[in-house]
Amino acid sequence: MNIEDRIRKDITENDVVLYMKGTPQFPQCGFSGKSVQLLKACGAQFKGVDVLADQEIREGIKRFSNWPTIPQLYIRGEFVGGCDIMTELYEKGELQKLVAGAKV
Amino acid sequence: MITAEEIKGLIEAGLPGARVQVRGDGHHFEATIHSSAFAGKTPIQQHQLVYATLGDRMREQIHALSLKTLLPE
Repeated sequence: MNIEDRIRKDITENDVVLYMKGTPQFPQCGFSGKSVQLLKACGAQFKGVDVLADQEIREGIKRFSNWPTIPQLYIRGEFVGGCDIMTELYEKGELQKLVAGAKV
Repeated sequence: MITAEEIKGLIEAGLPGARVQVRGDGHHFEATIHSSAFAGKTPIQQHQLVYATLGDRMREQIHALSLKTLLPE
């Protein structure tokens, strides 16, 4: 399976996927850590994908989303954005709605 | 290493007429950008416009850039 297919499979099989540095338990970057906290504050179940553990995913997800930075959030197959956009959506109460009922 | 001033210059060159403020320490930066080019675009599209002005530097030189994209006041 090529890298795009792997990403497509992940974001199709899981309602909420966070591509991040480190794991939800041990984030390796402040922005990834903040994104995990935001999802937890929404009570969201999500799959974390550690891009530091897989160089192919790390570069592949940037091309796939046309987005140069990590973290990146996908909800129900749609690219939502990085940490700044997640923060804005959370402050407006919209992130909570987007993840409501989501399953991994 | 890239400076906040250089990032500001690149964004201004790529988004003519934009009002740009950048703060940072050489690795982590925060930018606030007012531009009419953001009209009618989603937040993702607005951030992609800004990233495009920085090109490969975004991959190679800038570890983190926090963006706030706004319409002109």
